[in-house]
Amino acid sequence: MKKISRTLIAVASLALLAGKAHAVDTTPGSDSDKQFFPIASYRVGPYAASGTSIWAGIIDYYRYINEVEGGINGVPIVWQECETEWTAEKGIECYERFKRGLNGAPVASYLPNGAPAAYALSDRAPKDKLPLVTMAYGRTEATDGRVFPYIFPVMVTFYSEASALVNYIAEREGGFDKLRGKKIATVYHDSAYGRETLDPLALFAEKYGFENIQIPVPDPGSEQSAQWRQVREQKPDWVFLRTWGVSTPVAVKSAQRFGFPADRIIGDVWASSEEDVIPSGDAAKGYLALTPYPAGTDFEIHKRLKQHILDAGKSDLRDPKAFGSVYYNSGLVNALISVEVVRQAQAKFGNRPITGEEGQWALEHLKLNDAALEKAGFLGLVQNLQLTPADHEGGGAVRVQQWDGSRWNLISDWVQADRESLRPLIDAKSAAYAKEHGITPRDVGTN
Amino acid sequence: MAEFDLRAIAEPVDPIGLKAVGLVSVAALVLAAPFLASEYWINAIIVPFLILSLSGLGLNLVTGYAGQLSLGAGAFMMVGAYATFALQLRVPELPLPLALIAAGLISGVVGPVFGLPSTRIKGFYLIVSTLAAQFFFEWLFLKFPWFYNGNSSATIALSRGLSFFGLNANGAHGRDYLTLGIVALLTWLSFNLIRSQTGRNWMAIRDMDTAAAVIGVPVLRAKLQAFAVSSFILGIAGALWALAYLGSASVQSFGLHRSYQILFIIIIGGLGTIRGAYLGAAFVSLLPLALDWLFQYLFSGQVDAGLLQNIEKAIFGILIIWFLIREPEGLSRLLALRRTAAVAFFLRNPFLHFLKQEPEP
Repeated sequence: MKKISRTLIAVASLALLAGKAHAVDTTPGSDSDKQFFPIASYRVGPYAASGTSIWAGIIDYYRYINEVEGGINGVPIVWQECETEWTAEKGIECYERFKRGLNGAPVASYLPNGAPAAYALSDRAPKDKLPLVTMAYGRTEATDGRVFPYIFPVMVTFYSEASALVNYIAEREGGFDKLRGKKIATVYHDSAYGRETLDPLALFAEKYGFENIQIPVPDPGSEQSAQWRQVREQKPDWVFLRTWGVSTPVAVKSAQRFGFPADRIIGDVWASSEEDVIPSGDAAKGYLALTPYPAGTDFEIHKRLKQHILDAGKSDLRDPKAFGSVYYNSGLVNALISVEVVRQAQAKFGNRPITGEEGQWALEHLKLNDAALEKAGFLGLVQNLQLTPADHEGGGAVRVQQWDGSRWNLISDWVQADRESLRPLIDAKSAAYAKEHGITPRDVGTN
Repeated sequence: MAEFDLRAIAEPVDPIGLKAVGLVSVAALVLAAPFLASEYWINAIIVPFLILSLSGLGLNLVTGYAGQLSLGAGAFMMVGAYATFALQLRVPELPLPLALIAAGLISGVVGPVFGLPSTRIKGFYLIVSTLAAQFFFEWLFLKFPWFYNGNSSATIALSRGLSFFGLNANGAHGRDYLTLGIVALLTWLSFNLIRSQTGRNWMAIRDMDTAAAVIGVPVLRAKLQAFAVSSFILGIAGALWALAYLGSASVQSFGLHRSYQILFIIIIGGLGTIRGAYLGAAFVSLLPLALDWLFQYLFSGQVDAGLLQNIEKAIFGILIIWFLIREPEGLSRLLALRRTAAVAFFLRNPFLHFLKQEPEP
């Protein structure tokens, strides 16, 4: 008898699971008047430490929209997390779980939150008509919306990042003519991510006449003496640090050991957080970093969040010190974009939940100017954005912040990339992709 | 290594034709699955489960049957995936099924090369040699842009999608049937192979290679054969993983963690059994999902999400340990014991007397 009841329990729980699994992707449901925001998070695995603040930023902002602003034009947000462990496999599972919405609440845009998943999903998204938003990572050539209608590397691609770096150095040196003869060394993680800036830097080296030194760091980059010895021998004027994870603090410490000043190192988007500099200790004092979502708690949105969410004890943040950190703010910015996409779509389709196809239209017509940013409370934290069907990046600016040993201080306004010069490179890459995959680029008119 | 159990090969007692009924109903269920299951089930659960089972099967041939410990499963999958990509890109005239077979053959040539040390060394030392394959191919496929056609993301993806002989297998059903067909075919082949002279040679070597040599088994040839067949299957599994499941893959998709995962599949499922690969793959791929649903269902919103994820991982780990303590020879053995018990129950039960057949002499 005991055995039979055990079997019964097993069958019953399986049935329950199957029912639950089936419920996930049924389109009709009780939540059809709400907007669903899936959160593909990573709370376990090697990148969990940085992730926690990102998810807190996203969830705090959604909560703020629901509880203070009463939803997006009255449409409440529902969200659910799914663990990706920053892998392609789990990322696909989460995408498949959420792409049809949750209990009737549709998805307007999908944030894969991780390069492997973003690449793996790039041919699924157009089939499912669900736009992917990859902020500050992913395919640069997806900027060309004619070939990649459903992928949006919004704000800043790695190409724009390299260009903005050159422009910032020119600003510091006193003009583009001063760049001639200068040496800019790039110490980069030898991976797809690291190699992405080789082409744009070669382009600008030719244009402005600076010497372009490229020094690869093999994965995982926990030993970099050889690279920094090379830096010391070549005596560059600036070092562009394109490492990530453990390789960043190792680079900063090695630089100190080989006598290269930290205030001549400029870290890239993925080497610009508290988690990158705190482990480096004193060596990081004066370290510069460029980022599309700078650290800080003085922005308007932080005041609102503090009042309504943090002080009310509703925050998802476990470590209050992380409030206003780079990763927390990146979560806010990601959440802002997903909310603004819905708002933009509602302006055309009406104040109701938005589907993926409508979300794609909204992303292609997304416009965030100073007035809109001020209203949302993000002025200074987010740059002006203007996306078009042909341009899925729409921004291309970064701010530079400097680590003083205990916090980041903003030391520049928005530094704009030279996107006109980059566009031919991007078009060549997207044309090659279109040819390889037999895609006929969309005709999007003259914009 | 478990001692060789002859009963595993002999037909089990089957008084009421359970096996035939079971086989037919499983086949019907499997064929009908795409129409019963949602797209989520096919794309995110069934297809990866089938491919993981196939990889487990491939590794089981060399590790479970021939007794050669290997941690290179990921590497051979990688070879298969990159070979398929290269063939589809550079020899577009070759239809996909032939490209898959060719990729399997390439991987099947690579396997014995890294299996060569097995002629001299055994056990943990052999693991080191197969680990070399793992690191070598990760380096090779990243170092030379030729292998990923020089695109900046260093990922591979089929340019024309999954289509062959005018059939389009890009949809969920297409992927499912393509994978299912290949997995079924290779399972059937392996099944026959291990019951042939070749398979018996492997098992002889596994159980005692000196004795095998004495009775005239060509030890060297059989070991390399096992590596070749195993990496042939792993190569095809890798190609499917990259192109039918993920859609685009990079070397990270076949890293060391993949090799471990496949080794765990056969350890949990049962070394030296065909169905062990399936049971192990089900355990490794389905159980974490089931746990996740259950936890979302019970605690979503009430417990900290990070804590929940870590608890899920811990429970999964505890379950692995519990299963291995209960039955060190894997789920396959556990299932066989259960089945014997069930048959005994039927035979003993007087009310089911009419089902009884004459006991075999």
